[in-house]
Order: sequence, then C-alpha cells, then structure tokens
Amino acid sequence: MRIAKLKPGDALFQAVIYLLFGVFTLSCIYPFYYLFINTISSNDLSAAGDIRFYPRGIHLDNYTKVLKISGLSHAALVSVYRTVVGTFLTVGASAFLGYLFTKREMWGRQIWYRSIVVTMYFSAGLIPWYITMHNLHLTNNYLAYILPSIITPFNIILVKTYVEAIPSSLEESASMDGAGYLRIFRSIIVPLTTPILATITIFSAVNQWNSFIDTAFLMTDTKYYTLQFLLWRYLNESSSLAALIRSSPDMAASVQNMQTPTSVRMTVTMIVVLPILIVYPFFQRFFVKGIMIGAVKG
Amino acid sequence: MGVPTEEGLHGVQLSVPPRRRLQNKHRLFLMALPFLVVTFIFYYLPVSGWIYAFYDFIPGIPLSDTPFVGLKWFRTMVSNPTQTAEVLRVLRNTVAMSTLGLATSVFPVIFAILLTEIKSGWYRKFVQTMTTIPNFISWILVYALAFSLFSVDSGVVSGILVSLGLVDEGFNLLASGSHIWLTMIAWYWWKSLGWGAILYLAAIAGIDQELYEAAEVDGASRFRKIWHITVPGIIPTFFVLLLLSIGNFVNNGMEQYFAFQNAMNKDTIEVLDLYVYNIAFANNFPFATAVSMLKSAVSVLLLFGANTLSRLVRDESII
Repeated sequence: MRIAKLKPGDALFQAVIYLLFGVFTLSCIYPFYYLFINTISSNDLSAAGDIRFYPRGIHLDNYTKVLKISGLSHAALVSVYRTVVGTFLTVGASAFLGYLFTKREMWGRQIWYRSIVVTMYFSAGLIPWYITMHNLHLTNNYLAYILPSIITPFNIILVKTYVEAIPSSLEESASMDGAGYLRIFRSIIVPLTTPILATITIFSAVNQWNSFIDTAFLMTDTKYYTLQFLLWRYLNESSSLAALIRSSPDMAASVQNMQTPTSVRMTVTMIVVLPILIVYPFFQRFFVKGIMIGAVKG
Repeated sequence: MGVPTEEGLHGVQLSVPPRRRLQNKHRLFLMALPFLVVTFIFYYLPVSGWIYAFYDFIPGIPLSDTPFVGLKWFRTMVSNPTQTAEVLRVLRNTVAMSTLGLATSVFPVIFAILLTEIKSGWYRKFVQTMTTIPNFISWILVYALAFSLFSVDSGVVSGILVSLGLVDEGFNLLASGSHIWLTMIAWYWWKSLGWGAILYLAAIAGIDQELYEAAEVDGASRFRKIWHITVPGIIPTFFVLLLLSIGNFVNNGMEQYFAFQNAMNKDTIEVLDLYVYNIAFANNFPFATAVSMLKSAVSVLLLFGANTLSRLVRDESII
C-alpha cells in the first residue's frame, strides 16, 4: 500500500538505505553470534572453520572446562568486585557532590566545581600517575580499582545539571521545616534523581567491567587480575595458554571437543561479553537520556 | 497573592539570620571536602611527578640518589637522530589517525539523517539498538572478536575469501602492518557509529515538525528538506563535538591501539598515547614523562584554541 504511493526514485532510495542499515546492523551483531555458535559447537568442526551460520554438535564442554582454568573464576570475582563496589561508590559520590555543587552558598563553589571539571581535559600522564599510585601503595592493591574512580567528573556534571532542573520550592519548603542538607539529599534529591542515577550506574558499571589498563600497569600479582586482563593475556600469549591447557587435568576430554587455544579464547571472550549483552536491553532506555543531559553541558 | 513569587521566596531566604548562613556555606564546604581531597590526590598530585622528566631516574632507585639532568630528555627528541626519527614516526601516526577521525566525524551525522528517513518504526528502533551494542564492549573484547573472525585457519572472513577464490590461502589482517590506519578507523566506527548517532537523532527529533510540513506544502523534495531544515538543525551539535575533537587531537587514547598492536604493525599503529606506554614499559620513565608533559601542553593549547574559536563563531564557550 505504502510502497505503491512512493515515486520510483523514493522507492529506490528507501531500498538502498534499508539495505545499508541492514548490512551494518548485521556486522554489529554477527561477531557476537559467530562466537556464541562456535563455543557451543563441536570443537573440531569449529577449528576447521565449518561453523558459520548455526551451531552443530552442540555441547557445553568448553564452558565447564574453561571455568576450571586456575585463576579464571578468581579473576571473575575481582571483576565483579570492582564493578559492584566501584559503581556503588562513584554513584554515591557523584549524587552527593552533584547535589552539593548546586548550592550557591557553598564556600568557593565555582573554584571547586571547575577544578573537578577541568580534569576531564587534562592529565599529568601515565608515568606521573603510576608513580603517584605506587607511592600511595596502590600497586597490587584492590583499592586501586575503586578509589580513583570515586570522582568521575562527567557523572558529577550529569547529576548537577539534573538537580538544577528540579523546582527549588521543594527543597526550600523542606528547609523551612527544619531539614538539613543531608536530610534533603536523602529524602528529596535521591528519589527525584533516580533516572539520572540509573544512567550513571550503567555508565560506571560498564566502565568498571571493561577496564584493563589499570591492571596492566598496577598489578603484577596474578591474584589481582581481572577477566579483561586475563583475556588480553590469553590473546597475546598463545604458548603459555597451550601450556595451561596441557597442564589442566580435565582439558583433554573427548577427541572432537578437545580444548585448543582458539576454543579457550573464544569461550573466555564469550564469558566476558555475556554480562554486558544480558544487561544491555535493560539499560538501553536509560543512556539516551543520560547522553542528552551530558550534551547540554558539553 | 497566595502563590509564592520569586520575590517572595527570595524574601524568605533573606530573613534567615546572617550567622546561620555563614555556617551553612562552611558546612557545605566541609561536606564536599573529603571528595575534593580525593580529587586532589588522584588528579592533581600526579602533576608533581613531572619532576622525573628532569632526572636520570631509574625505577627502584630513590630520586634523591639520581642525577639531575635538566632538559636532557627534552633535548634528545631533537638532538639524537634515532630518537628524532622515532618521535616523528609516532607524530605521523598520531596526526594520521586524528585527521582520519576528524575527516570522518560527519559519519554519525549521515547515519542519523538517513536513519530518520526510514519509514518503518520498528526497523529504525532495531537498527539503533543493535548498532549501539559495540560501544559498550572494551577494546580488548573488540580485538578478541576480531581475533576469532579473522583468524587464519578457522576464521570466517578468511574462509569466505578463500572459497570465493579472492585469496589463495588464509591471510591474517591483524598481523599486517599495511593499511593499519584505515583498519583502525574502520574498527573505530564499527564500535562508535551507532552510539555517536544518538545525539544527532535526538537533535533531529527536536526540530520543529511544522518546518517540514511547511516545506512539504511548498513542494520541497526530500533532499531539499534535509539540506535546508535537518542539516541546519544539527550543525550546532556537530560543531561542538568537532571543536572538542580538535582539543583532543593529540589524545587518541591508547586502549584501541594497545589492544591491536603487535610486532608486525608497531611502526604504523604507535600513536603518542601508546608510545608513552611502550617507552614506560621499557623502563624509560624520564623520557615517557617528558613526552607526556609536551603532550599535555599541546592539548591544553589546542583546547584553548578551540574554545576561542567557539567564542568567536558561536559566541559561546565549550568548556
């Protein structure tokens, strides 16, 4: 019906953009799908490059075996720890500080606020940062994952902008009833800012989960390794990975599902990417709002 | 009269005793203080580390036991031919990557404009949702995906090329140093295009629909409507982002290049941020610090330049 009404040129235009977007969208999803079907397919078919469109010889050996690799489940715990604790701290701090910075009567407000915002555009550099962390005894220390991220300027800007849009009469009437800043924050600001707090929770959680540079620099002891960093090592050190597979007793299994460096890499990648893919549909609606508020402030 | 006006509320505020207000301004500061201390420790204290650029510092030996060498590490960049060649190579990579990035910064604009032209609502939503996913995975994960897709013996890409007869045997795109700039910008947009378009999609949604209706009545074609209504509607957003990326010209970030670098492509992939990491990893702390300092100086200058430009053109600052 609709198509019939279109002029030939318009129909062609529509067809071309449908196709272009189709191809690009496919290129965005297919890598994840490809990895998934290869990790659950028979390993010798996968190694021969025969798994392209659908899984064959479905089994879960890869996942059960990979989870037994020494260090992997511990690395998963470290990743979960930094994601949960780090996110909690940065959201709490950003909410509180974002609220405080809306109070015009604060002593030196402009200076403090600007000194935080300016850090988004300026950094001392890798080595000065590393030496500072080292002097603070934050190398080989779990605190290094959560303390620096407490202050995330972008989050503070988002909360401040959001709080400024709340009618001040609400706060003022609470203040006249004798409520202090902390009480107003707890019972008025937090409930009213949930949408933006949800947004920054998601941004921070994804950031924490994805971080690996800090591990690469600050952690030499394997017990501080995160999943991301372990994956990076597996990608780059195939000889040590092969040795790891040989040394693990359960790895051999059946012939067609023998673990190879490739199968281990793909399975670990899938394990690291899965949490993001699972939470993605839930947080998708929040971040559009977040990026819009951020854009206003630029 | 019963409705509180601006003046009314203001009047109430003024009636708070002066002493109480004085306390409040300090109380607020004290509540913020712990966070300001954290900011100072992790963002400002590291600046003191710049001092290492002026010593022959070797990790493990206290700074007090290392000789002060003044500007030696800055001078080697121009006086030592090998070093100069290396710095020039890294600068060339940095300029190439940033220029490619600036030249293609219009991609998300095109993406957003074309996407709004799609008639079917669910398809539009589907495309937008799916193309945003790659933005949320780390560069290590992007590399891991690339690693599987492009692997020589079992990867799907090489398999398809062989079966189409385009290549004789499996090839490894990731281990090749040629075309690395193009490959990097391609991966960059694969990861960021959908996400980058969100802002523009929102800007387009904010354009007054009556403008389009009026143009329709006047018999404007689709392309005229895009050119005269949509494009002017999103240019301010584009301009701000463009200026910010000029400010970040020397900061390519390192995660992408760190993930994709290997011995074969090191010469062409090493941008400034990665270079600093690599020389630091080779334990040349003073030189890495010196490069960082120059980089910070240049990026501050660029940011101020971009800001001035913004003030001149739009009468508004970006920071």
